[in-house]
Amino acid sequence: MAFDKLEFLEKKAGIKIEKDAHVIAINLRKYFPIKLGFVQSLLAKEPVYVKAVDKISFYIKRGEIFALVGESGSGKTTTGRLLIKLLEPTSGKIFFDGKNITKLSSFEMRKLRSKMQIIFQDPYESLNPRMSIYDILSEPLEILNLTSSTEETSERINRVLEDMNLVPPEQFLFRFPHELSGGQRQRVAVARAFIVNPEFIVADEPVSMLDASIRTEVVRLILEMVKKAHCTFLFITHDIALSRYLSSRLAVMYLGKIVEMGPTEEIIKNPAHPYTQALIDAVPVPDPDARRTEVVIKGEIASPIYPPPGCRFHPRCQYATEKCRQKEPELLAISKDRYVACFHQLK
Amino acid sequence: MKILEVKNLTTYFETLQGYVKAAEDVSFTLKSGHTLGLAGESGCGKTTTALTILRLLPPNGKIIKGKIIFEGNDLLKLSEEEFRKTIRWKKISMIFQGAMNALHPTMTVGEQIAEAIMLHEQIKKKEALERAAKLLDLVGVGGERINRYPHEFSGGMKQRAVIAMSLACNPKLVIADEPTTALDVIVQAQVMKVMKELQQKLNLSMIIISHDLSLIAETCSEVAIMYAGRIVELSTARRIFKEPLHPYTQKLIMAFPSILGEKKELSTIPGFPPDLIDPPPGCRFHPRCQYATEKCRKESPLLSQVEEAHYVACHLFGGK
Repeated sequence: MAFDKLEFLEKKAGIKIEKDAHVIAINLRKYFPIKLGFVQSLLAKEPVYVKAVDKISFYIKRGEIFALVGESGSGKTTTGRLLIKLLEPTSGKIFFDGKNITKLSSFEMRKLRSKMQIIFQDPYESLNPRMSIYDILSEPLEILNLTSSTEETSERINRVLEDMNLVPPEQFLFRFPHELSGGQRQRVAVARAFIVNPEFIVADEPVSMLDASIRTEVVRLILEMVKKAHCTFLFITHDIALSRYLSSRLAVMYLGKIVEMGPTEEIIKNPAHPYTQALIDAVPVPDPDARRTEVVIKGEIASPIYPPPGCRFHPRCQYATEKCRQKEPELLAISKDRYVACFHQLK
Repeated sequence: MKILEVKNLTTYFETLQGYVKAAEDVSFTLKSGHTLGLAGESGCGKTTTALTILRLLPPNGKIIKGKIIFEGNDLLKLSEEEFRKTIRWKKISMIFQGAMNALHPTMTVGEQIAEAIMLHEQIKKKEALERAAKLLDLVGVGGERINRYPHEFSGGMKQRAVIAMSLACNPKLVIADEPTTALDVIVQAQVMKVMKELQQKLNLSMIIISHDLSLIAETCSEVAIMYAGRIVELSTARRIFKEPLHPYTQKLIMAFPSILGEKKELSTIPGFPPDLIDPPPGCRFHPRCQYATEKCRKESPLLSQVEEAHYVACHLFGGK
């Protein structure tokens, strides 16, 4: 991307953006309007919105695994879908490969689709039960015109199945999703995303439905594939411990806002936002001697329709002061590539 | 004092393809006031074991053999009627997996808890509702919320309501099947804290079923690791996590990402769990075990004591 343009975007978003950024989100917002009843709509002064994503900016480097971490309702899934334009943003800009794709029509987007893929959370719902594994994997190739012959299709399918450790491939080709276990299904879903050789993949909780022992295997395969295909990967998860094993950088989201962003290992070792600290503390540890004593954080995530004024985290925060209740903290740099939105950063 | 002793419990499910050997020779004891963790991958027989204890198996489930001794009585000798009247919910209750999503949407939470009480005890609705309010107070939801509907509750509150329901008739033993899987980490920590406090307050005995070893490590005093329908290792939580002996237990523990300390490589367990209609002969873990020998392929190892209070079913440790 042109250097002057980058500088302009940096100023707008208030974050530093590296030159090899592959995907950039600038002040992204997504508000979902709520349908009101007839009487309610007469009484309401203004339309009511669910503020799922509320002005967030970040970038993902080429070939990097970037994690979005947060509780349910924090807006991480919406963010992922906005980036590949499965949803239209309310405002803000999305850049892919140096090109502004925010306003592209669905026809123009279709040309880009082969470069962007998504892996959904639930392999029991994301695979068509009436299609065989061969059909599931050949469909994207055919729709996107990426194959010239049946032989090529078969060869690519065989290769991706082998990559996903579904061997021998012949044993899986003509099976249906119901004949596979949860872990095998999710591997098919991952294979379907990788088969078109995408440049960018959004993975929405790809392993949260799986058992721990199968989970690490799928995580390992994803890591290998990302390295091999050299693609950019957005990993959406609620499990900060898992993001540690996958991502090089992460952003913690809370109620539609990014509260902390930076290199994964640094954040896990020294979290600066109380919410990040709480997320880390809440992770159970497989060691009976390290039992946690106290859960300091109170309550549950607030409603994104009427988010609390000031800092959105203040009703649950142990450090909250008057200032937090009134003023919203901005996401500010605390060191190189590290950002926090909090008035009372942890040292 | 032993509150529950399960001996050689074997449960099969009858299907058109043959018997699914869901749980075989499951034996363990639970001391009063203790918490036992049943851990393992999906399909290893954890839930089947729990449902067998509570006699809630689906029609095709068959208890082939075994004993379930609860407070000195063999539960399998009781008739269905006796069991329903005297044991289920009054003595042993269960928090079902996903129960928070099975709350009745058009009944208030209070009514649903009161219903459980009234089914088992001869008391008036008013009294039952009062008790429901007290139970909700106990789990930290607040008794004033008894007239609310499930959709007005958040996930954590619904799960707490389900816990309150399991305590409705003052049981001695509560079996919790994946009590926190659908919850976010922070809410999960809050719910587990409530469960721990309740256990101490009410001197409950508990069985916690989970595939999440970290959760088990934090809450249980004893742990049984199950694989393909069998218990492969049984000991105190400390022993299991500090000195695991069975190769499967070792792999399983290594497969968990840790947030503390330095970043370690995650190990994976190659292969898939076996088909329980036709499980592998010998040790059921042998196709995935790096130490497997000829003996493992032929003879099934029994759960035997290798150290004090540490039982392992593996030929590597002299299991017969």
